[in-house]
Amino acid sequence: MADIDIAQEIPIAAQRPPAASSGIIGWLKANLFNSVFNTILTILAAYFLAVTVPPLIRWAFIDAVWSAPNGQACRGAGACWAFIGEKLRFILFGRFPYAEQWRPLLVVMIIIGLILASCDRRLWGKRLMLLWPTGVVLVGILMWGGVFGLTYVDTELWSGLPLTLILAVIGMVFAFPLAILLALGRRSRLPAVRVVSVAYIELVRGVPLITVLFMASVMLPLFLPSGFTIDKLLRAQVAFILFAAAYLAEVIRGGLQSIPKGQIEAADALGLGYWRRIRLIVLPQALAMVIPPLVNNFIGAFKNTSLVLIIGLFDLLNTANTALTDSNWQGFATETYVFIAAIYFCFCFFMSRYSQMLEREFNRGHRR
Amino acid sequence: MASETAAIVVRAHRPAPWRDTRLRGIALQIIFVAVIAAIIGFLAYNTTVNLRRQNIATGFGFLEREAAFGIGESLIPYSPADTYARAFLVGLTNTLYVSAIGIVLATILGTLMGLARLSRNWLVAKLAGVYVETFRNIPLALQLLFWWALLRQVAPGPREAWEPLPGVFVSNRGILFPVPLGQPAHLWMAVAFVIGLALAYVVHRWARQRQAETGWQFPAGWAGLGLALGLPLAVFLAYGAPLELDWPVLRGFNFAGGTAFSPEFGALLIGLVVYTGTFIAEIVRAGILAVSWGQSEAAMALGLRPGQRMRLVVLPQALRVIIPPMTSEYLSLTKNSSLAVIIGYPDLVSIANTTMNQTGQAVEGIAMIMAVYLAISLLISLCMNLYNRAVALVER
Repeated sequence: MADIDIAQEIPIAAQRPPAASSGIIGWLKANLFNSVFNTILTILAAYFLAVTVPPLIRWAFIDAVWSAPNGQACRGAGACWAFIGEKLRFILFGRFPYAEQWRPLLVVMIIIGLILASCDRRLWGKRLMLLWPTGVVLVGILMWGGVFGLTYVDTELWSGLPLTLILAVIGMVFAFPLAILLALGRRSRLPAVRVVSVAYIELVRGVPLITVLFMASVMLPLFLPSGFTIDKLLRAQVAFILFAAAYLAEVIRGGLQSIPKGQIEAADALGLGYWRRIRLIVLPQALAMVIPPLVNNFIGAFKNTSLVLIIGLFDLLNTANTALTDSNWQGFATETYVFIAAIYFCFCFFMSRYSQMLEREFNRGHRR
Repeated sequence: MASETAAIVVRAHRPAPWRDTRLRGIALQIIFVAVIAAIIGFLAYNTTVNLRRQNIATGFGFLEREAAFGIGESLIPYSPADTYARAFLVGLTNTLYVSAIGIVLATILGTLMGLARLSRNWLVAKLAGVYVETFRNIPLALQLLFWWALLRQVAPGPREAWEPLPGVFVSNRGILFPVPLGQPAHLWMAVAFVIGLALAYVVHRWARQRQAETGWQFPAGWAGLGLALGLPLAVFLAYGAPLELDWPVLRGFNFAGGTAFSPEFGALLIGLVVYTGTFIAEIVRAGILAVSWGQSEAAMALGLRPGQRMRLVVLPQALRVIIPPMTSEYLSLTKNSSLAVIIGYPDLVSIANTTMNQTGQAVEGIAMIMAVYLAISLLISLCMNLYNRAVALVER
């Protein structure tokens, strides 16, 4: 009879899990207050946020001045974004002739387009190899002008964001083949080639970029026959290429070292010569393996372009600095630096996220 | 017979000289070296011609001449009447000074942030993540200019100086903080510290030996810490706790007393530490993640406490991954200290630059900078390689 009683009992209605182990409270307990030490850390972090964030928001948004006729009217408790509005075109394009500034704008868009296209894995290969030279030629035509009815603009006047992008992108494009040669040289059977490659790589990696830039701006004129001059931008660009090549070479060497010996022996067995072996067997595998560190290297090169202000080129950082010297608008350094920091950040953050994504994809087979 | 056949085979297949890999290799190298030598010779020839035309004497004789320029801050006595050689020395000490402090502080900040990013505390992990992602993705030159502008222009005058901690003042004259006044007791405290360290080492040896023989553990770490800190403390108390801080005090329009970092030095140090700290944080994080979870599980199965697990199992393995990239971060911090030239801190490059502008001795100036940085690079690599050998996996 008892059995029947049990069968007739009404089942207990489903209950919600206890509030302390799920939902917001559960999450808080598991992630912020799961031990005494963590509770202290949470309180400290919350205090830090409470002290820093509200004044920052007040400075950047609530008390900020968004439009003002001059610096005097703009001075207050908050940020003066009116200054950025006033100087935006100078900061971005610098001393490029005002009426022609659509050209550097187009250049910036082309370069960003090229970078984005390079991120698409479906385009990797021959199509990118065609896209890049076309893009570089277009950039050259737009910046220099002198053809197709465009007025000629001297490199002295190139400045701002396009200059920064050109230095970084052209620098990497030309440093890359040089770096491959250096990396191959470092692993060469021929002692003379090896010694020269190692000496070059270690020497350049041992000194700061500033010295290489100084060398390009001060010593290069001494190295050349008298009466022969190259312009300042080209000198800086050459310094940049030579510097980046040494770092890239080490990255590529890492890829070369990871190719199993069997691959090379197989290439030998097929009767391939040195260059065909390198081109068809070794490089495709080695380069694919080092793409994430290559992207990181590119981020480094992009940040390093800001050093050209030392030798007097007007990159993004230097145009911003120059904008600060306007006597009508004094004392807005913080706003300006925050603004261009945001520009640099956007580029670098995007690229670093991309490299992290690639790394995850490449490591898919190795994860536990 | 067999060897004879082999000899015949070899002779029959000996390639023509231009197809012989060995001969071709030698010929290639000769051509390669000749081309490199020709390029260097061409550049050297042009340089000597150009220098003669500009009437610049080559050589390092200019180092003996009077520098005749002032240097804002210096660790060693210097006046404009001193020689260029002395000025270079000032630059070198300044570079080493800022790099050494920077390396220590960046390591501390980076390690803390790397650990914080791995913390199970959501808020702390996110905050550390925001720090790393923000400061890693902004050029160092820009960060230096930003901190410098903050200290130079935004910071108030001495009268309204910010006081973030009691006794620490931030104004447009720099960062001031109190320092203890020199006392005879401090010397004996240093001696006691050294003796304490030596005793701690002895205790450590003894504890290890005893554990190996009997399996009994002894808290050698705590005992060592107690000895190294307790002995100086005992000396300090024995002298009647003579602690007198030299506080910075506002007198008229400026501060007196305490020690100051100039705005230039402050900006350079903050910039270098904050920037390099992000990279060190990532290295530390990657190093700890590289130790597989199974190792931690095994340690827990053995009954090790979390602290022991970290110290005895995870950290020794993580250090092997951490040390090599850490070396290159230290090197890049030292090289990045040359960005001081942007904000006018008189480091080696900045002083060499002034010298080159005054004397025109560009080749010598650049050669000296390069030699110094190469020497520093080699020295740091050497130290870190020695340390690396100590923590590296010893394989059979």
